[in-house]
Amino acid sequence: MGSSGARRPRMRGGLRAGPRLAVILAALAPIPEGQAAPAPAGPLLTIQYLERRVERPVPVNNEDPIPDDEGAKGAELGLRDSNATGRFLGLGFELGATIVEPGDDIRRAFRDLADRRFVVLNAPAADVLALADLPEAKGSVLLNIGAPDTRLRDADCRRNLLHVLPSRAMLADALVQFLAFKRWSRILLVSGPAPGDALYAEALRRSARKFSARIVAESRYDPQGGDVRDTALREFALPTRGPEHDVVAVADEAGAFGASLNYNTASPRPLVGTQGLAPSAWGRPVEAWAAVQLQGRFRKLAGRAMRPVDWAGWMAVHAVGEAAVKARSTDPAAVRDALTAPGFEIGGFKGRPLSFRAWNGQLRQPVFLLWPGAVTATAPIEGFLHHRTELDTLGLDEPESACRAFSGTSG
Amino acid sequence: MSRLTPLALVLCLAGPALAEEIFVSNERDNTVSVIDGDSLEVLRTFPVGRRPRGLTFSQDGRSLYVCASDSDAVQVIDPETGQVRHNLPSGEDPEQFALAPDGRTLFIANEENATTTVVDAQTRKVLAQIDVGIEPEGVAVSPDGRTAVTTSETTNMVHWIDTQTLAAVDATPVGQRPRFAAFTADGSRLWASAEIGGTVSVIDVATRKVVETIAFAVKGIAADRIQPVGVQMSKDGRHAFVALGPSDRVAVVDTATYRVESYILVGRRVWQLALNAAGTRLFTTNGVSGDVTVIDTATFRPIKTVKVGRFPWGAAARPMSSAQAPDGRAAGAAP
Repeated sequence: MGSSGARRPRMRGGLRAGPRLAVILAALAPIPEGQAAPAPAGPLLTIQYLERRVERPVPVNNEDPIPDDEGAKGAELGLRDSNATGRFLGLGFELGATIVEPGDDIRRAFRDLADRRFVVLNAPAADVLALADLPEAKGSVLLNIGAPDTRLRDADCRRNLLHVLPSRAMLADALVQFLAFKRWSRILLVSGPAPGDALYAEALRRSARKFSARIVAESRYDPQGGDVRDTALREFALPTRGPEHDVVAVADEAGAFGASLNYNTASPRPLVGTQGLAPSAWGRPVEAWAAVQLQGRFRKLAGRAMRPVDWAGWMAVHAVGEAAVKARSTDPAAVRDALTAPGFEIGGFKGRPLSFRAWNGQLRQPVFLLWPGAVTATAPIEGFLHHRTELDTLGLDEPESACRAFSGTSG
Repeated sequence: MSRLTPLALVLCLAGPALAEEIFVSNERDNTVSVIDGDSLEVLRTFPVGRRPRGLTFSQDGRSLYVCASDSDAVQVIDPETGQVRHNLPSGEDPEQFALAPDGRTLFIANEENATTTVVDAQTRKVLAQIDVGIEPEGVAVSPDGRTAVTTSETTNMVHWIDTQTLAAVDATPVGQRPRFAAFTADGSRLWASAEIGGTVSVIDVATRKVVETIAFAVKGIAADRIQPVGVQMSKDGRHAFVALGPSDRVAVVDTATYRVESYILVGRRVWQLALNAAGTRLFTTNGVSGDVTVIDTATFRPIKTVKVGRFPWGAAARPMSSAQAPDGRAAGAAP
């Protein structure tokens, strides 16, 4: 239709490995003929996408592997959307993309960025903290889209660090709100061996205390690299045996065994957590609140479904773009002020205005409770009230967070 | 029958009944429900294209236009029989549209590809495709026919289109996720709702500047659940009705003072609004509860809930006789 050929953003090269190779992914979309929108009046605002590649286990059950461009494609769509909006105001954006291989120095890659005012970070928590503490990052706004670690929103928060991805605490709160609503409040918890699994389990324990649910028993399960598929029928009877419980919760972020646990529990109980009914920032069945539009645009661009980190990547760039629209400027200082202003609210296809918490930089947002077939519920679940917004029933509320880096007022 | 005048008899033969009908598109059922304006019962339901949303009538009431979004077409339908006469080219994913006062030019928002398509309903030809912001949704044409607007839900702007040159001439930023636009009867103001922003912007059409931003507050309802969507001016122009989405309320706003006079409780997640020809009744589509609330516009009280299909989206009153002023007013199709 129309002049779609002319509107495709220019791609200079593709995503490549290597810390020193910063590629300008896409510049301002050229304005089609006859378009009244003015050319960008000021300079383009540069947003960087910086990713630490991590080793992923081979999928056990022929699941689609986690795509190599997870997060990056979301950021790219965010850039397109921002330029499509910005051109009506003479604002233009560009995205640089840098991928750091495992073992390489992400700090050097950060220092090598020509412009590091706005950096979308898709990296584990240790990298995120290492970068946030660099002297070169003092004036930066880092947008975390890859690390769900609650500690980054707690005692390890940083003034120059915003979190677009929900924390494990938010995910766990969403799940336990759902369980409390259903009165399925007795939880048998099975955790995997990875450090992230322990953090996920800890988030569930904390949420259980917060919403008066109960962890009635806990067990650990380590497949030790073995193939559980042939033995799952008998193997899981032991770790899922315990006192009366309503659900079995699993903490297995890497997907090493959790999927096989479903329907293989000792008692006929639903599986919830990292598998089964899973709290997620985004997922394939999400379609309400015009999400189907975003899903469609993403699929057209990436050729696959949008994953939670993709959504966070899109959201991070979209937030910077909307801040520029609010500021009517691509001046980095003005955009930064708009982005962190107390009243700044943005849409994110989740049915509510989203905003950054003033006490720890976390984007407040609904969390979906998904199984692969459907959105079972959306948290905050009805009945969980908060004096500020119901969204603040998810994750660390102001009095709960040990973050002191944001000395500003509440909001 | 003997008491009928010849004129009335002719009307009876030419058109169906003199009674009024309100048409509702059911987004999930791929159907249109027809509600009798007097008895407020569903008279008939007929199948249409996939994912019907915006709908409106030709000025003589003899053709129903329906945006069948997933069929990528605007369907022209016989409102009596529900038979599809033909499709109009509409561009991809048509969501809402508006018929210009000339009775033949349709301005259609193509949600998926960020354009507004202009179609001549008589020649069935595309006159232009105009680039606008992302996810264009609300469409309206000014009463003098000179200006068309499209709201873009992700770009968050009202785009102004010159209907002579068919070019976008300006854009006015409004609140987050603008979903609907309606001109006042005198054409001096444009009201644009912002679903996520929670506001309605009133724009001075001459300067294209926002002159008033109306906010809403309902006791016991969280602010972020108050999400303005459809806007309908009352017949006398003194009030504007604003559908407030998942707060399940319709706000009544004084158009002179911009003060909210009342909030009317309706069905769940109210989307769009339509008046009957006389302006005495307001019909609301309630997406989640799958029904239509009928409101008495004199008392601002709901008088009946009418069950329709799944996800009722748009509503439009059919102009029924020459005795009544032709009025293509419709939710999803501002005049």
